[in-house]
Amino acid sequence: MAESESLQKTPLYDEHLAVGGRMVPFAGYSLPVQYTSLAEEHTAVRTKAGLFDVSHMGEVFITGSNAFDFVQNLSCNDHSKLAIGRAQYTGLMYPQGTFVDDMLVHRMDDQEFLLVVNAANRHKDVAYLQGLAEGQEGVTVEDRSDQWAQMAIQGPLASEIAQALTSTDLSAIRYYRFAWGEVAGRRALIARTGYTGEDGFEFYTAPEDAPTVWRALLAEGGPKGLVPAGLGARDTLRFEAGMCLYGQEIDAETTPLEAGLAWIVKLAKGDFIGRDVLQAQSENGTERRLVGFEMLDRGIARHEYEVFLSETDENPAGWVTSGTQSPTFGKALGMAYLPTDHTDIGSEFFVKIRNRRLRARVIKMPFYSRKK
Amino acid sequence: MSIPQDLRYTKSHEWVRIEGDSVVIGITHYAQDQLGEVVFVELPSVGDSVEEGEEMGTLESVKAVSEMLSPLSGEVIEVNEALEDSPDLVNKSPFGEGWLVKIKGSVDGLMDSQSYAALIEAEQH
Repeated sequence: MAESESLQKTPLYDEHLAVGGRMVPFAGYSLPVQYTSLAEEHTAVRTKAGLFDVSHMGEVFITGSNAFDFVQNLSCNDHSKLAIGRAQYTGLMYPQGTFVDDMLVHRMDDQEFLLVVNAANRHKDVAYLQGLAEGQEGVTVEDRSDQWAQMAIQGPLASEIAQALTSTDLSAIRYYRFAWGEVAGRRALIARTGYTGEDGFEFYTAPEDAPTVWRALLAEGGPKGLVPAGLGARDTLRFEAGMCLYGQEIDAETTPLEAGLAWIVKLAKGDFIGRDVLQAQSENGTERRLVGFEMLDRGIARHEYEVFLSETDENPAGWVTSGTQSPTFGKALGMAYLPTDHTDIGSEFFVKIRNRRLRARVIKMPFYSRKK
Repeated sequence: MSIPQDLRYTKSHEWVRIEGDSVVIGITHYAQDQLGEVVFVELPSVGDSVEEGEEMGTLESVKAVSEMLSPLSGEVIEVNEALEDSPDLVNKSPFGEGWLVKIKGSVDGLMDSQSYAALIEAEQH
């Protein structure tokens, strides 16, 4: 098939085949959706540990004497207190206050930032960043995604397993911090970040080193319950943890305030792209807001299903952004955009599932928070 | 991958067992494997009329929604009620306890196990 021929392979492609990964196309890459079972992989991450290949993520470097001002201007979060060795979650903003992408900003140095962006948005993001940098002194935008592999070890045993393979004291790397070190004898940027709601680390390595690190982690962690985990579990884990996925909860039409991400909007930091819109939304409120919900009737709400406020309303009041049968809770949960005056906890509404309107109720998000 | 020889198969990966003037329908081992752990099954009701090639129910895994197509026209005379509480029977025993519906009517033109094996082979490459 022409489609599969054009797919990129990550440096861990052969490792996936070796352990039975079921490969699917995702954001231009061939990646494992699961190895043995989505539910088993999900549960392993919640109770022990899972290992993910996330080499498809984009790594974009912003460097130069004006790198800080440049990043500060395109991001809704405030990076003025971001010390070297720390990372922050933020939105890459359009002038409309909506998302070009969501990303992690790592401060590598005084004049160097690493932006980790979504694979599906990488080329769009780089073009946008280069457009903003055009004609500006002291800013270079460089897409180094192909020079980096990335894997994530996540779960309550992640730290213990990873510690056995590095002389870096992992307990000294607190949440959303990172350090350079060696893992399984290979140079790696070790970041305490992730997309599962569990403790864990993301390792950025040279592509040629990735298989060594991957195999060492599986060999070390396997006896303790570490399993390779695919895109399927990655999605259900982030969903239960209430984390946004670009293209579902957030996109070029939604703002961080609508998406419940007020904590990454720092209006007081000074001007930035999209600030006017976010300032107005902050003062006047938004018309819609993202909520979490549970199904009351039997059925599973899915991405893009319409929601209604009554059984008879002609027009939908919003839509489901993500929804599935939660492996942790064993029930159908979802996230949806609803009119703001209908977003109180306990509010009921209807999800249209195959021409029937089934009852749902707004509940607190995130659905899952790990015990600390 | 198991493909019982005494059953007939559809291109959409249902199996059919003819029992006198009615047929029992399920999804194949290959179909359940592709779908992943089934967490929700929506079946027609007893007494419903179904049309050949039309959707008669839905199977959902955590990841995906899959429509179940009827290989024949006829009346639903029995549904597997155990699936409401134990949808995973479809994974554990796709050709046995995980059957879906029984329909009164007859069916022909379906594939035998050999042809179906060739279809799966082709789909995997």
